Amino acid sequence: MTEQVNSAGGARNRTSVERRGDRELLVTRTFDAPPSTVYRAWSQPELFQRWWVPKSASGILLVSCEMDVCTGGKYRLEFGAGGSDTMAFYGKYLEVVPNERIVWTNDEGEEGAITTVTFEDQGGSTLLIFHEVYPSKEALEEALQGSAAALPEQLVQLDELLSSIGE
Amino acid sequence: MVQYLGSPLDLSFAALSDVTRRGIIDQLGRGDASITSLADKFQMTLTGMKKHVQVLERAGLVITQKVGRVRTCKLGKRGLKAEAEWIEAHRKLFEARFEALDEIINEMKQEGSDD
Repeated sequence: MTEQVNSAGGARNRTSVERRGDRELLVTRTFDAPPSTVYRAWSQPELFQRWWVPKSASGILLVSCEMDVCTGGKYRLEFGAGGSDTMAFYGKYLEVVPNERIVWTNDEGEEGAITTVTFEDQGGSTLLIFHEVYPSKEALEEALQGSAAALPEQLVQLDELLSSIGE
Repeated sequence: MVQYLGSPLDLSFAALSDVTRRGIIDQLGRGDASITSLADKFQMTLTGMKKHVQVLERAGLVITQKVGRVRTCKLGKRGLKAEAEWIEAHRKLFEARFEALDEIINEMKQEGSDD
């Protein structure tokens, strides 16, 4: 692994993913900007849709992205892979505290997780914590084996294929 | 070079774009099942369930085996995700997302649009 340097000049910030306990997933990463900036990139649909689907997943497109980021508001993301099939992810925002925290439901499955993203001020930079809690151990196990794993798997597969092909 | 990658991706994507088919994958995660029992479980005709299973089979997500008159379905190799692989898949996904987010944040900073 060569250490890459981001355009801000610092060493690249690490993304950490871990399973916590029986039914939780935790993703953390630091960003070199204050929480207000990171929050805006997360809560404004026109910005959010520019990064939520990685460029490396060129086969998958975000067909539509509706987000009403306020407590009680709804969101709906529709993905497509070029054909007429789309896959929708949707739910509602349980709690929104601007620049601090967004909590939402994942209603497309029967036992969806509750997701909380927290923006912690670290003196000019932001520690972002993405935390998913499933209703039961079984629900997380199912997500591990079932459809929830399929999309990231697709992205990773595509990513690996593209990188093995090279330029 | 990249266009032929569209095909397996499209198959999986099409297979998983249907809520019933995602339910079948979840169900098979709990244990193997016959087409008849899946049809009962999802309150569908046998023909309807066979069609769904065929789509999943073509995408490599489900394997079926006929013993006598009973066709049993189980998760294909791609449906059986080891936890470590799943975590790694998530890490790669979020890493790619967050790198793109970094770029946008840097743009925002350069525009001097911070509060």
